Amino acid sequence: MALSGLDIYKLLPKTNCRQCGFATCLAFAMQLAKKTVAIEKCPFISPEAKSILEAQALPAIKLITLGSQESKFDIGNETVMFRHEEKFRNPAGVGFIIEDGLSDTEIRERLRKINQLKFERVGQQLSVNLVALKQNKDASRYLEAVKLLLDNTTLPMMLMSKDLAALKQAVIISQERKPLLYSAQQENFAQIGALAKEFQLPLVVMAQDIDQLRRLTKELNGLGVNELILDTGIKPLADKIWDLTQLRRQALKRSNRALGYPTLAIVEQTDPYLEAMEAGAYIAKYAGLVLIKGWSSWEVLSILTLRQNIYTDPQKPLQIDPKLYSVGQVNRDSPVLVTTNFSLSYYTVLGEVEASKIPAYILSVDTQGMSVLTAWAAEKFNAEAITKSLETCGVKEVIRHKDLIIPGYVAMISGDLQDQSGFRIIVGPKEAAGIPAFLKKLN
Amino acid sequence: METQLVLEKWPGVVSTVVIGAKKEAGGSRGNTVTIGGQNSLPLLFKEGAIPHKPIIAFEIWDIAPQDWPDELISAYGKAINDPLAWAEKCVNEFKAELLCVKMQGTHPDFGNKSPEKAAKFISLLLSKVRVPLIIIGSGDDAKDNLILPACSEAARGERCLIGCAVQDNYKTLVASVLADGHSIIAESPIDINIAKQLNILISDMGLSLERIVINPTIGALGYGLEYAYSIMERARLAALSGDKTLASPFICFIGQEAWKSKEARVSVEQGIIWEALTATSLIQSGTDLLIMRHPQAAQKVNNYIENLFKDKE
Ligand code: SF4
Repeated sequence: MALSGLDIYKLLPKTNCRQCGFATCLAFAMQLAKKTVAIEKCPFISPEAKSILEAQALPAIKLITLGSQESKFDIGNETVMFRHEEKFRNPAGVGFIIEDGLSDTEIRERLRKINQLKFERVGQQLSVNLVALKQNKDASRYLEAVKLLLDNTTLPMMLMSKDLAALKQAVIISQERKPLLYSAQQENFAQIGALAKEFQLPLVVMAQDIDQLRRLTKELNGLGVNELILDTGIKPLADKIWDLTQLRRQALKRSNRALGYPTLAIVEQTDPYLEAMEAGAYIAKYAGLVLIKGWSSWEVLSILTLRQNIYTDPQKPLQIDPKLYSVGQVNRDSPVLVTTNFSLSYYTVLGEVEASKIPAYILSVDTQGMSVLTAWAAEKFNAEAITKSLETCGVKEVIRHKDLIIPGYVAMISGDLQDQSGFRIIVGPKEAAGIPAFLKKLN
Repeated sequence: METQLVLEKWPGVVSTVVIGAKKEAGGSRGNTVTIGGQNSLPLLFKEGAIPHKPIIAFEIWDIAPQDWPDELISAYGKAINDPLAWAEKCVNEFKAELLCVKMQGTHPDFGNKSPEKAAKFISLLLSKVRVPLIIIGSGDDAKDNLILPACSEAARGERCLIGCAVQDNYKTLVASVLADGHSIIAESPIDINIAKQLNILISDMGLSLERIVINPTIGALGYGLEYAYSIMERARLAALSGDKTLASPFICFIGQEAWKSKEARVSVEQGIIWEALTATSLIQSGTDLLIMRHPQAAQKVNNYIENLFKDKE
C-alpha cells in the first residue's frame, strides 16, 4: 500500500530545518510520496523511518529476471488485480518441461521444434521463453541432458532436480545461462538456498500451503536469497486459481513482502487441448511463469495469443502508422480498401487480402487506434476523415481508377463519402473473412 | 504470525435464469437449464456460492450453413443439410443440454423465409428434440421484428431464451417475450454503460431482471478477446458490489467468432483449440452460457468445466 504525503510526514523529524532543500518537512514529504526525491536528502531521519520508507518504495511484487543475454526475460512487478485497473505489465513466461529419460535424439528433436516456436501476430513477435529439464534418471544422465540443452537451445533454462549433488554439477556447467533452480522446500531449503546464493541464481520456493510458503521465503531471505519465484505445487485447477489469486492479493492488498514474488504454475495434462485451456487460465489469473509439455505449434500459438491479449495495455490499443500500404505486386488497377489504424483492424484486413492472393492497397486512416465502428461513432472514421486521408496519402498518384472499398459496417457513409471524395464507393463485406471472396468477385 | 487470507465478501448476487419448461411448468421440455446465481467472482469457490456451472449450447441454423469452413461442416456430416437431423445429432450424439437455433434462413439475403415458415420450423424443432431452446434472429432488424414474435408465439410456454434485443430495437421483442413467457438476450456493443441502460429499458417494460441475459459481444482469441474479457470483469464486479441492473448472467457467442478467424481455417486442431480457448478464457471472466459450434471443442470445454467443478458442488 503506497503511503500518502501525510503518512510520510509523520515519520519525519518535523523540525523544518531546510537541510533537504525544502522549506518544510511537509513539503519534502509530499515530494517523497511522488517519488521525485531521495530519502537520503534528509540527514536527520531515524533509521526506523528510513527502513519503512525504503520498503514502501519497492514494488509489491518483485521483478525477477530469468536467463541471461538476449533471451532473458522479466516477470513480476505487477500492480493490479484486474487488467482494466491499469494493465498487466510483464507477460507470463511460457516454458516447456523436458525429462532426462528421453533419448538424446528425442531431446534434440524436441528442442529443435521448441526453438522454432516463433510467431508474428498483429505486428508483434510472439515467442516462448524457457526450457525446464526434469531429472528422473541418475546424476550422470542428468548432466548429459544439461549439455544437450546448452548445445541445442539459447532459451533460458530451469533445472528441476531433487538430487542436490547433481544439481550443483548441473549449475557449474550452466551457470553462464543463469538457470532457475527448482525447488526449495521444507527439507532442503538451507542447502539449495546456499547453492542459489553461491551462484547468484533465482530459485523456486515450493510449499502446498501459503503460510508455509511465507515461512520458507522468510528463511531464505534470512540466508540472503532474494530472487524467488513462488509455487504451491500441482493441484486441481480451481484450487490453483485460488492460490494464485490469494498470492497476488497478499502482495498487493496486504503488502506481504514475504509473498511479494512472481508465481509459477506447472500444467499436468496429457491432452493438448486441456493443457492449453489450463495454461490459459493461469496466464489470465496471475501466474508469472507457466510450464507445459506440449510443443505443437497450434497449441502453443493459441497460448501465446491469449497471453498477448491479456497483457495488452487497455489504455493504449495497439496502433499502426496511418498511411497507404501496398500488399503484393500492386499496379495502377489494384483495388484500394480503407480501414482504421487500430492494429487489429488493419492486420485482420491484411491477413485476408494476403489470403486472397490479389495485390491491393490498404489505406489505414488515423482513428487514434479505434476500431471501425467505435471510430465511426466518434466521427474519426467518417466521410471527412477518410476524404482527408485520401488527399494526403498519395493514393491518387499510384492508381488510375477511382474506386474505394469501405467496410460493410459503415455502409451508411457511402453517399457522403462519394460526394466529398469524388471516389466511387464500393461497400465491402462486414467481416474481414469475406474479403477474399469479395475481391475475387470484383476482379 | 499466520498469513491471514484476503477474503472478499460481496453484497450482490447474479440473478438466476431458468431456460426451458417441463410439463409441470407448462412446457414440454425433458430438462431445464439454470444459470447465474453466483455471489463470487468466477471460480473463487471459497468466497461465495457458485451454484450453477457454465453451460454449452450447440449452435444450429434453420438452413444449411453458408459460410462455415469445411473443418466445421465435416464434424456434422450429412445431417448439417437438414436442420432437424442436425438438431437431433447434437442432442443424441453430442449430448447437447440445450440448443441455440439461429434463424439465418429468414434473412433477406439467405432465403427470406416468412414468419409463418419460421414459426412452423420452431414448432417442428420443439417436437423433434426435448432440450430447451435459445432462438436467435438473423440480425436483420426489420425482419427479426417480424419473425421473432412468430417464433416466440410458436414456442409459447417453453421458456426459451430469445434474442437479441439491442438499444435501438428492443420493444417488439420484449413485448413478445413478455406475452409468451420467455426470457430475453440483451446485446450491447462491448460497452458496459449500454448494457446497463438496455437492462433498465427492458425491465421498465415489465420484464423482470430475472429474465434477462447479457450478450456483451465478444471477439475471439486474438481478435479483441481482451475487450470483452475486461468489460465482463467490470460488469461482474459492479453486479457483485450491488448493481442489480448489471447482475444478469452472460451469454457469449463463442463459435461464431472463433470460426471467423484466419487461424480456424489453418487446420482442424487449430480451429478447435481456437474455439475452446476463447470459451475457457471467457469462463474466467464470467460467462454463464457458451454458444459453440464444433462438437469436439464443446466436448473439451465440457471436460474443462467438469475439472473445475469437481468436488465443488
Ligand atoms: S531535512 Fe529533514 S528535518 Fe529538515 S526540513 Fe527536510 S525533512 Fe525536515
